[in-house]
Amino acid sequence: MKNHTASTTQPKLSLGPIQYFWPKAQVLHFYQQVAESAIDTVYLGEVVCSKRLEMNFDDWLNVGRQLSAKGKSVVLSSMTLIEAGSELSRMRRVCEQEEFCVEANDFGAIEILAQNNKKFITGAAINIYNERTLKLLHQQGMKRWNLSVELGKEHLSKMQQHGPAEVETEVLVWGRLPLAYAARCFTARAHNLPKDKCQFKCIEDPDGLVMKTREQQDFLCLNGIQTQSALTCNLLPEINVMKSLGVNMLRISPQSEHTFEVIEAFAQALKSPEKINAINTEIQHHAPTGLCDGYWFGQPGMNLSNRISPNSQS
Amino acid sequence: MELVCPAGNLPSLKAAIDYGANAVYIGFKDATNARHFAGLNFNDKSAQAGISYAKERGVKVFAAINTYAQGGEFIKWQNAVDRAADLSIDALILADIGVMDYACEKHPNLRLHLSVQASATNPDALNFYYRNFNIQRAVLPRVLSLKQVEQVAQVSPVPLEVFGFGSLCVMVEGRCLLSSYATGMSPNTYGACSPGSAVKWQEKPNDVLETRLNNVLIDRFEKGEKAGYPTLCKGRFEVNNNTYYAIEEPTSLNTLSILPELFNMGVAAIKVEGRQRSPAYVAQVTNIMRHAIDSVKSNPQKYQTKHEWMDELQKVSEGHQTTLGAYHRPWQ
Repeated sequence: MKNHTASTTQPKLSLGPIQYFWPKAQVLHFYQQVAESAIDTVYLGEVVCSKRLEMNFDDWLNVGRQLSAKGKSVVLSSMTLIEAGSELSRMRRVCEQEEFCVEANDFGAIEILAQNNKKFITGAAINIYNERTLKLLHQQGMKRWNLSVELGKEHLSKMQQHGPAEVETEVLVWGRLPLAYAARCFTARAHNLPKDKCQFKCIEDPDGLVMKTREQQDFLCLNGIQTQSALTCNLLPEINVMKSLGVNMLRISPQSEHTFEVIEAFAQALKSPEKINAINTEIQHHAPTGLCDGYWFGQPGMNLSNRISPNSQS
Repeated sequence: MELVCPAGNLPSLKAAIDYGANAVYIGFKDATNARHFAGLNFNDKSAQAGISYAKERGVKVFAAINTYAQGGEFIKWQNAVDRAADLSIDALILADIGVMDYACEKHPNLRLHLSVQASATNPDALNFYYRNFNIQRAVLPRVLSLKQVEQVAQVSPVPLEVFGFGSLCVMVEGRCLLSSYATGMSPNTYGACSPGSAVKWQEKPNDVLETRLNNVLIDRFEKGEKAGYPTLCKGRFEVNNNTYYAIEEPTSLNTLSILPELFNMGVAAIKVEGRQRSPAYVAQVTNIMRHAIDSVKSNPQKYQTKHEWMDELQKVSEGHQTTLGAYHRPWQ
């Protein structure tokens, strides 16, 4: 059983895998900057669509090695939705390499990692909704887990009280929320193209393609076979709550612009909790569209609270 | 190849059995199943009556306990498993590995099926559930092409059940949070997608009708257009200045035309979706699917889809149209 009441955790910052299809040069440049940033742990690899091949497996390994050499902790992320035989092979290749730890984003990956007695991390698309599931996956080799993006602090608090103490917890604190995966490619559909002849159109949308309601509300974001929230989840004002809940890692999701300002903002907020509200005012400008945080407060995910961080003076 | 039919209440259960289901699946009146709708589902008494009705006619009853048990409330899912076991149910349909673990420990002889909500699309994932919980059957998500279903079937550690007819989930089941993003309630946590309590139908001037989900405009119907339920992924939205069904049209899955292929690849069961639908729907769909499956079984080479089957199924479909969905590659 965990006991976080006596002391609080100082969380580290992680950078989730790039969700979008970026040209190789952009990816490489991006990770050169990551190497110099305040990020502790970097998740690498294609997690959405196996047809995105600007970066091949060896390219990812090379980026991983460069980041390791700069002192970053590197994790390879496995694909989320596995359909084709080629995707299965790729997932197995990620899980069977010995160089880096793996983030499993499908139970197929967990199976391979557990059978090979490798410790692993689970991404937010692995459904962990209760402490019994936490214990079970811990027995299978899970060393860190990501909270499902649809669960909030109340659920997390209950799971932290009864979950295994050795397992670390990670929460997505900044980024468009990954909400769904499908066989269909919605970007190709938006261009009236079949998936098999998609012309890799998603490379034109470095932050996805916003889907508005007919009242011009920014609602969802189409990213190939993945659907995200159009709004960016921002939990910066909740950093102190996360510390008290024993959250070990705060995940930032890459976007085509301002990722490094966001990283710096979170690093500052961790260092100087008294500045959180001021930093939060600034960080809002870095979201491609608006912000949301509803899930964390047990509300519809698209909601945005106007909460002021409790332990901060603005 | 078994026919597995939905039973949202006792009359539907009887209709499914009377029209030829080999098995029916039910849920309890709470958030432990993925059709947690007002006025639907079974209490112990109606479940008992349904199970007796089924057993007398040699039909199996499965209990869907296929939502995710949430931290601190595990007892609710635990109770559902115990209730189903007490009712001598033929199999549990489960999605949450915590719940599977409990069922294995407490009721080691109870047969477990993997729910579509567990989102297992590949042999490695199926092996995980088989190795740890000895599942005896798995329901595949509606995201695989026919060829991919065949590839999974060839190496799956357990027999497979696939969806044959009913409302179409476009997203891989168990990993779709669109509903909770808009309403706070999702299939995983609450057992409903685009729940009725969040729906608003608003009449506007000029006979325009708007459908909303927690105030988010899902669709707007001009005079003469047939309005449909605002399922979040089946509305018209704007992308790149075009307004269209950006995710999917209102449509139902219909596999009548590929039943012989599913049969030949050794699929163990065909599932019909629709516990939220009427007993008349259940009767009609069960009747047609029964005739079609019997026809396939007697001679898969000579099987032909009858026009009257297609017409009847179209009438009870969403938007009065059907699709092969992901089974058919161009749909993707």
